[in-house]
Amino acid sequence: MDILSLFVVVPFLTIIGILFTKGLKGTRVVSAVGMGVQLIMAFNLLFKYLGARKAGELGEMLFIQSHMWYQSLNIHYTVGVDGIAVAMIMLTSIVVFAGVFASWMTKELPREFFISLIFLSSGVFGFFISIDLFTMFLFYEIAVIPMYLLIGLWGTGPKEYSAMKLTLMLMGGSALLVLGLLGIYFNSAPNGGPLTFNILEIAKVHIPVATQKFFFPFLFVGFGVLGALFPFHTWSPDGHASAPTAVSMLHAGVLMKLGGYGILRVAMYLLPDAAVQMGWIFLIFTTTSVVYGAFGAIWQKDLKYINAYSSVSHCGMVIFALLMINKTAMDGAILQMISHGLMTALFFALIGMIYGRTHTRNIYEMGGLMKVIPFLSVIYVIAGMASLGLPGLSGFVAEMTIFVGAFQNADTFHRVCTILATTAIVVTAVYILRVVGLLLLGPIKDHHFEDLKDATWYEKVSLLTLLIAIFAVGLAPFWLSNMIQDSLTPIVAKLSVIAQ
Amino acid sequence: MNFENFLLMRQELVLIGIVLIVLIAEIFTEKDQKGIITPLAITLFAIHTVIGFLPLAEGSIFGGSYNTCALINTMKNVLNLGVLIILIQSSFWLNQETQKGKVSEFYIVLLSTLVGMFYMISSGDFLMFYIGLETATIPLAALAAFDRYKNKSAEAGIKLILSSALSSGILLYGISMIYGTTGSVYFKDVAPMISQTNALQILAFVFYFAGMGFKMSLVPFHLWTADVYEGAPVNITSYLSVISKGAAVFIFTIILFTVFRVIAPMWQDVIWVIAVLTMTIGNLFALRQKNMKRFLAFSSIAQAGFIILGVLSGTAMGMATVVYYVLVYIFSNLAAFGVVSVIAATTGKENMEEYNGLYATNPKLCWSLTIALFSLAGIPPVAGFFGKFFLFTAAAEKGFYWIVLIALLNTIISLYYYLMPVKAMFINKNETPIVAFKSDAMSKIGIIICLVGMVVIGLASPIYESILKVCFGI
Repeated sequence: MDILSLFVVVPFLTIIGILFTKGLKGTRVVSAVGMGVQLIMAFNLLFKYLGARKAGELGEMLFIQSHMWYQSLNIHYTVGVDGIAVAMIMLTSIVVFAGVFASWMTKELPREFFISLIFLSSGVFGFFISIDLFTMFLFYEIAVIPMYLLIGLWGTGPKEYSAMKLTLMLMGGSALLVLGLLGIYFNSAPNGGPLTFNILEIAKVHIPVATQKFFFPFLFVGFGVLGALFPFHTWSPDGHASAPTAVSMLHAGVLMKLGGYGILRVAMYLLPDAAVQMGWIFLIFTTTSVVYGAFGAIWQKDLKYINAYSSVSHCGMVIFALLMINKTAMDGAILQMISHGLMTALFFALIGMIYGRTHTRNIYEMGGLMKVIPFLSVIYVIAGMASLGLPGLSGFVAEMTIFVGAFQNADTFHRVCTILATTAIVVTAVYILRVVGLLLLGPIKDHHFEDLKDATWYEKVSLLTLLIAIFAVGLAPFWLSNMIQDSLTPIVAKLSVIAQ
Repeated sequence: MNFENFLLMRQELVLIGIVLIVLIAEIFTEKDQKGIITPLAITLFAIHTVIGFLPLAEGSIFGGSYNTCALINTMKNVLNLGVLIILIQSSFWLNQETQKGKVSEFYIVLLSTLVGMFYMISSGDFLMFYIGLETATIPLAALAAFDRYKNKSAEAGIKLILSSALSSGILLYGISMIYGTTGSVYFKDVAPMISQTNALQILAFVFYFAGMGFKMSLVPFHLWTADVYEGAPVNITSYLSVISKGAAVFIFTIILFTVFRVIAPMWQDVIWVIAVLTMTIGNLFALRQKNMKRFLAFSSIAQAGFIILGVLSGTAMGMATVVYYVLVYIFSNLAAFGVVSVIAATTGKENMEEYNGLYATNPKLCWSLTIALFSLAGIPPVAGFFGKFFLFTAAAEKGFYWIVLIALLNTIISLYYYLMPVKAMFINKNETPIVAFKSDAMSKIGIIICLVGMVVIGLASPIYESILKVCFGI
C-alpha cells in the first residue's frame, strides 16, 4: 500500500473499527486513534515530501501510483501529491483531528455521527491525493453527501431546510462539474490517441480555445459553489449555522477549500486560455464575495452567521487571488486556504463550546464571558486577531501575500478590484472587534453565566491543536510558502505565457 | 435444424422446464405440502441463473427468427439476476395467509412472462418480436391483479391490459407499414431497405417508437404506470418496473441499432426530446408523491429517461452503458422495493409519513433503503454513480452536451425526492413509529444480495468491461 492511498484506507478502517464499538466512549476513542494516526501520517508525508524535494526530485507530482480501473474509458486510480496537496492534506488532518475532540460529547447516535464524519473526511483526503479527474470527482461527491445527514440529524435551528439547501446547491455544483469534466475528457487528445482523465497528461495538450471557453464556466462555477462564490454562496450561512460544531469546522475549514483547490488544479490549470480570457467576469463575482461577505458579517447577531459570512469573504479572497494569475497572489491564495481553514475551524469550535455553555449564540444576550471562561475567551481573541490579519498569526501572512501579489497585476480593472477587496480588511476588523467587545468584555448580562465552567481537557486538545498550527504558519511561513511556490511554478508558467 | 441448434434456446428451454415442473408439482402435491413449491421454484431458478452464465454458442434458428449472441445472452443473464432477487423477496409475501393456494400460479405466470421476454430479446423478425412481447404482457396483467380481493389490484390489472392492448395495436400498425414498404419482417432484410427519404418508413418508426414507449413508460406514454404500480402487489410492481422495463429497453435498443441504424439522425432527435421530457416530468411528479409505491413508480419513469440517454449515441459504448445501467438499476431498485415490500408485508404501511422515525426502530432497513436511494440518485461509491456517469459519457461522446446538462440538472431534482424518505426515516420525529420487527431470512437475503451487488457492480470494473466487450459488433 502506497503512503497516499493509506489516507483513504485509514478512515475506512476507522469506520470498520467504530462498527465494532458500543456507545459513545468506545466510538470516540476509536475515532480519535484513527484520526491521530491520520495526523501522524500527514506529518510523515510532509517530511517525506520535503526530503524528496531536497534530494532533487523534480517531478510535478511525487509518490505517483497508478492502477488501471476502467480500461475502456482509460480511467485510472492515480494518486500523487505536490506541495499544494501536501499542505491541504496537513490542513485536513489537523482539522479532522480537532473536530473529533470538539464532538467528544456527542450523545445522540454517536456511532452514526463519527462514521459520517470520518466518511466525509475520507472523501476530502481522496480528493486531494487524486490526479485522475474521475476518481477526484468521485471523492468530491463522497465528501459532500454525508453532510445531509450530519446537518439534518445533529444540527440545530432550521436544520432540515439548511441541510437540504446545502446538499442540493453543492450537488448542483457537481452537476456542472460533470459536464466540464466530460468536456475536458473528450478533448484530452486533440491529436488522436487515447482520451484520458489524468490531469498531468491533459495539462500537456492544448485544448482548442473555443472549447475551453465553453467548458470553463461550468468548471469554475461548479467548484465555485463549494468555494462560496457570490451569488452561489447562500448555502453557506444557513448550512454552517445549522450544522453541529465538528461539521461546521470541517465544512468551513476544509470542504470549502475543495472549491478553491479545484478551480486552481482543474479549471485554471487545464483550461488556461479560458482562465486568462474569462477570468475578469469571475473576478467581479469574487470581489463581490469578498466585500459582501465582510459587510454581511457586520449585521449578524448569531455568532455562527457572523463566522459563516466571514468565511464567504475569506474564501472569496482565495478565488480572487487565484484570478490575479501571478505567483505571489496564487501563493497567497493557498496560504489563505490553510490560514482560513485553521482559523475558521477554531472559531466554529469555540462557538460550539460557548453555545454548549450559554445555550445562546446571540451576541446581544451575552457579555463579560472573559471573566467566567477566560481560556475560551482568550483563544477567541487570538482567533479574531488571526482573522483580521495581525502579524505573527497565519491570517497576516496570507492576506499580505495576496494583496502584494494582487497589486503586481498592473491591469486597471484588476487594480480597481484589488482596491475594492482591500476594504474587506478594514471591515473584518470592525466585525471581529464588535463581537469581541459584545461577547467577551463588559458586564455579565445573565447571572446564569456566572457559574459557567471553563474548557475541559478534550476541548483544550481540540483548540490547542488548531492554535499551534495557526502560530506555526504565522511565525514561520517560509517553509510552507516555498513548498507551495515550487509547486505553483508549472501552473503559473502555463498561465502567464498566455497572459502576455 | 439439429439438436445442437435447438440448444441455442437453452435459456428459454430451461425456463419452460421450470414452469412445467412447478405445474406438475402443484398438481401432485397435497394441500398441506404446498410449502415445498416456493423453495423448489427458487432453487430451480437459481440453478437456471447459474446455467445462464455458462458459455453459449452464437447462432440463429428458425430461419433467422431466433438469434442469440453473447450480448443477448448477457441481457438475459441480467434479467435472470433480477428475477432471482424478486423471487427471493416475494417468498415472505407469498407465504402469507391471503396468498394461499395461489403460490404456484405466481411462479408459473411470472416465469412465462419471462419466457416471453427472452423470445422478444432474441427475436430476429418482427413477428417473433411481437409474439414474445404479447407472451410477456398478457400474463403480466394477471400478475398485477394478483391481490384479487383488492379493488385497486384488479383495477391495475385492467388498466395494464387495456393500455398494453392499445400500445400493441399501435406497434403492429408500425410493423405492418414496415412490411408494406420492405416486403419482409426479418430484421436482416428490412435494415438495408430503410431509407431516410421514405416517409412511410419514418411513420412506421414513429408508431414503433410509440408502442415501445408504452412498454418502457416513457413520457407521454407513461400515464398508466403510476396507477398500475400502486395497485399491484409490491413484488409485482418491482417486477414491472425493473424486469419488464429492462427487457423492453433491451429489444428497443437492439432494433434501433440494427433495423433503424440508417435513420439514426432522425431517431436521435426523437430520443433526446423524449428522454428530456421523461426524466423531467417523471421527476416533477415524483416530487409530490406520498405513497412509497407511487414514489418509486415515478422515479422509475425518470430512470427510464436516463436509460435511453445511453441509446442516443448509437455506439457500442452506448449499448454497453444501457445494459450496465439496467443491471445497476435492477439491484438498486430491487433493494428499495425489497425494503418497501418487507415493511408493507409486515405492517401494511406504505406511506412516506408512516416511515417517520423508522431509524429508531429498524436501523438496518433504513440504511439499506438509504443506500438504495443514493444509488438511484447516482451518489458514489455505490453503483448508481458509475451507471449514470457512463450514460452521460456515452451521450457526451457524440457531443450532446446540452442534453447531458439537462439530465444532470434532473439528477439534482431527483436527489431532492430521493432524500425525502431518508429525511422521514432519519430526521423526522414520530411518537408512534413503525414497531421494531425482524425481517424473515429470505427478505434479508434478498436485500443483502442487492446491497452487495450495488457495491460490487460499481467498484469492480470487469463487470462493465465484459458487458462492453460483448457489445462490439452489434
